[in-house]
Amino acid sequence: MDSIVVEKLTKKFGDFTAVNGISFSVRSGELFGLLGPNGAGKTTTINMLSTLLEPTSGRGKVAGFDIHEKRDDVRKNIGIVFQEPALDGELTGRENLEFHAMMYGMDKKERRNKINEVLKIVELGDRADVVVNNYSGGMKRRLEIGRGLIHKPKVLFLDEPTLGLDAQTRRRIWEYIRKLRDFGVTIILTTHYMEEADSLCDRVAIIDRGKIVALDTPEKLKDMLGGDAISLEVGKRCSGFIKELEKQKWVKTVKKHDSTVTLTTETGEKKIPEIFRIAQKAKTEIESVKLHKPSLENVYLHFTGKTIREHELGQRDKNKAMMARRRRFHG
Amino acid sequence: MVSFKAIYIMWLRDMKKYLRARSRIIGSLIIPLLFLVFLGLGFNNMIGGVMPGIDYTNFLVPGIIGMSMIFSSMFAGISVLWDREFGFLKEIMVAPVDRVSIILGRIAGGATTAIIQGILVLVIAIAIGFITTSIFSVLLSILFMLFIAFTFIGFGLILASKIRDMQGFGMIMNMVIFPLFFLSGALFPIDGLPSWITAISYADPLTYGVDGLRGALIGASTFPLLIDIAVLIGFSIVMVALGSYLFDKSDAV
Repeated sequence: MDSIVVEKLTKKFGDFTAVNGISFSVRSGELFGLLGPNGAGKTTTINMLSTLLEPTSGRGKVAGFDIHEKRDDVRKNIGIVFQEPALDGELTGRENLEFHAMMYGMDKKERRNKINEVLKIVELGDRADVVVNNYSGGMKRRLEIGRGLIHKPKVLFLDEPTLGLDAQTRRRIWEYIRKLRDFGVTIILTTHYMEEADSLCDRVAIIDRGKIVALDTPEKLKDMLGGDAISLEVGKRCSGFIKELEKQKWVKTVKKHDSTVTLTTETGEKKIPEIFRIAQKAKTEIESVKLHKPSLENVYLHFTGKTIREHELGQRDKNKAMMARRRRFHG
Repeated sequence: MVSFKAIYIMWLRDMKKYLRARSRIIGSLIIPLLFLVFLGLGFNNMIGGVMPGIDYTNFLVPGIIGMSMIFSSMFAGISVLWDREFGFLKEIMVAPVDRVSIILGRIAGGATTAIIQGILVLVIAIAIGFITTSIFSVLLSILFMLFIAFTFIGFGLILASKIRDMQGFGMIMNMVIFPLFFLSGALFPIDGLPSWITAISYADPLTYGVDGLRGALIGASTFPLLIDIAVLIGFSIVMVALGSYLFDKSDAV
């Protein structure tokens, strides 16, 4: 059963095409990632799927309901954690949850049980009656994640759930997100953090300038790059060793640079003992071994020709130029 | 479909926030109190009576209640802007609740706080001896307060859908609320003004609100009370309908 089906979804703002005919589907219970730099169209996609924005063209179904025709049914079945906090800072954590539960039509007893349950999950029970303005960034995020779960949604959208949080808090949020999977909820997560997509998602769609450029499990995406790289520091006598390596079927490429031999293969960690056996036979001494697992960063680079950081620097320059123009215009 | 639960929770949210912000309540009473005391005592000795048999302090009290009402009602309507600024509007908009319920809840909350505000001003005025009145008069004045609140919450919603930032909000305060307040005859009788200003005053909903409050509380008004209430109800319907329509059309994100 697919929880989300998207066909040629497009959103234009004037001349600018934010999302350009993307299609994908998400299986029920899956944790699906949309990975891309700021401005790639991730949030716009989420806003369309959560009925906050009308698509320019294309279709989408969430939890079995058309996002255009059955908006109310979609809304009842989704939870969402927005990129920027969407809490009422003058209310307490519990009051924010109470507000949410009532908006979703839950009765008093159900509300009380569910609110206490989610407060426990996100470990905010002891701070529940504090006004949200006094919460830290991480606490606010946790409260919002908890809130997204109160009405037992079938699909949960998490838009950059760890943006702007420190590394430690981020890891804790990851733990909560992993816990959510036990509830059988389908999760769509957007992120521009590689490690986040890598460590959390079952499948990842890499999105660049409004288009999906690659979609698969993090493992398979990494395998597309030709697998792992093993670097060996070797002694002087190594030509025989290299020749022998080149004969092996599981070795894809071998390169030698100074005293470093680099070879690419799949599941590199399992090949290291074999490499040592070959080296022993060839009487080559190995001084050190390094195993490089390809990261999603490499995958990203492969598909878009840029690192995420470069993308964002480019974006920032564009913004700066725009600001400067604006200032000149007004000044 | 209108959801009473949603209306109630929107209202409850406003109540909680209002009661929690004690300093804000006191702050919003200080200005009306200063106006009342200084204008009232100052002009009372100078002008004597504005209308036969009525002290200026008597005359001023309904005007200051009107002032307090227009400020708190406009604030309540424009508070959509705050929700948008702090992101909470998205939480409201993504809920499976129709926008009519959201608007009704907001109006209910805004009207309640504005009327509490108006009653507090009235109580203060009675306490400092500026006005004596009967229970019936107070009840009648609350009816007027209700429609003043509806009108200006609706107006606030209209403005909130047109402005996007906080600077715009400051401008509205100076360019919209103050003129409406001065034109309403809250501080002086409008029939003494040049005729072209009087004509503009007749287009100001607050004119009928203040006149109605005056009729209810001190038994002296420019128009018959029925006219006052009819005009106010008319303004309420138009403003609320237009405000709701524009809110419905506005983007949540």
